[in-house]
Amino acid sequence: MTESGKPILYSYFRSSCSWRVRIALALKGIDFEMVPINLIKDGGQQFSKDFQALNPMKQVPTLKIDGITIHQSLAIIEYLEETRPTPRLLPQDPKKRASVRMISDLIASGIQPLQNLSILKKVGEVSKDLREETHLTWAQNVITSGFNALEQILQSTAGKYCVGDEVTMADLCLVPQVVNAERTFSSRGLCQVPPFHISCKFRAHSSDTWS
Amino acid sequence: MKQVPTLKIDGITIHQSLAIIEYLEETRPTPRLLPQDPKKRASVRMISDLIASGIQPLQNLSILKKVGEVSKDLREETHLTWAQNVITSGFNALEQILQSTAGKYCVGDEVTMADLCLVPQVVNAERFKVDFTPYPTISRINKRLLALEAFQVSHPCRQPDTPTELRA
Repeated sequence: MTESGKPILYSYFRSSCSWRVRIALALKGIDFEMVPINLIKDGGQQFSKDFQALNPMKQVPTLKIDGITIHQSLAIIEYLEETRPTPRLLPQDPKKRASVRMISDLIASGIQPLQNLSILKKVGEVSKDLREETHLTWAQNVITSGFNALEQILQSTAGKYCVGDEVTMADLCLVPQVVNAERTFSSRGLCQVPPFHISCKFRAHSSDTWS
Repeated sequence: MKQVPTLKIDGITIHQSLAIIEYLEETRPTPRLLPQDPKKRASVRMISDLIASGIQPLQNLSILKKVGEVSKDLREETHLTWAQNVITSGFNALEQILQSTAGKYCVGDEVTMADLCLVPQVVNAERFKVDFTPYPTISRINKRLLALEAFQVSHPCRQPDTPTELRA
């Protein structure tokens, strides 16, 4: 915590995981201090000794709050939910909560880690192919697989948002992943892919809610 | 997502192992798999997510197949090296985190969701011939957990679909 007692968020502007937490903090009206960690500059500031001591996984986001340090965006969001429960980011009903967590995990385990900076670097090393094309193909395949599944799941869970008509943790995971996808697809000169029209509708709603 | 596990329960279908476990915890709360204290719950979820997002998806069957395709190298050695690197990075971090969270188990002295994530990942690591010398805390906790009945009846070597040559 800062001297003023504010939470401190270690974040990178383009990190989708960091963005999930920034949305949660904004929605819950939690004032915090941001410490930027540039994942590319200086060879990647996440590898500095100081930051490694803070987060041994060398990743953002990391949140210092209430005298503890939490890594992993969903663990952070669940802690915020349990200690600052208004407004809710998880429904009260256990079955709907399961849907929220399922969608969040699909994105946070099934898509994002397979197309982040760190894995794309490994892909380049193992294929001995540093062309952007190879990275983009890999990322596109990963995102497409995940979004194909997500689109199907949303048919039964979605109302105005991913699960019903209130914003939940699932929506906090969706929007940053859609931005990643748009950046990936537009780099290939591809138009918005039709099966993902629902995610685009959510993004429009999200822009309204969070602008 | 064409993945396991999937659980059909109480008229719904849930995918994603941690979403399943949290549902079981909320609807069948005894014995607890998450502590009552929110800070300890955060530690449990952090360790669970480290494994479930930061290690496992980067070394499962599906990703190893993609690695083989992109490297045009189907040698087992390439898979092994990739998996070892991913697991080693994750376990290096986990070993450090456990210094401050662990008691008898990953978080304190009760079995939690974090322990449910640890043991299967250790089995994977052993299969990929990861050297456990740098991970005394992970090793100690894993050994204690494997002695518990729930971890034994659910072990891969005792399932209906376990191949004969791998059966306990």
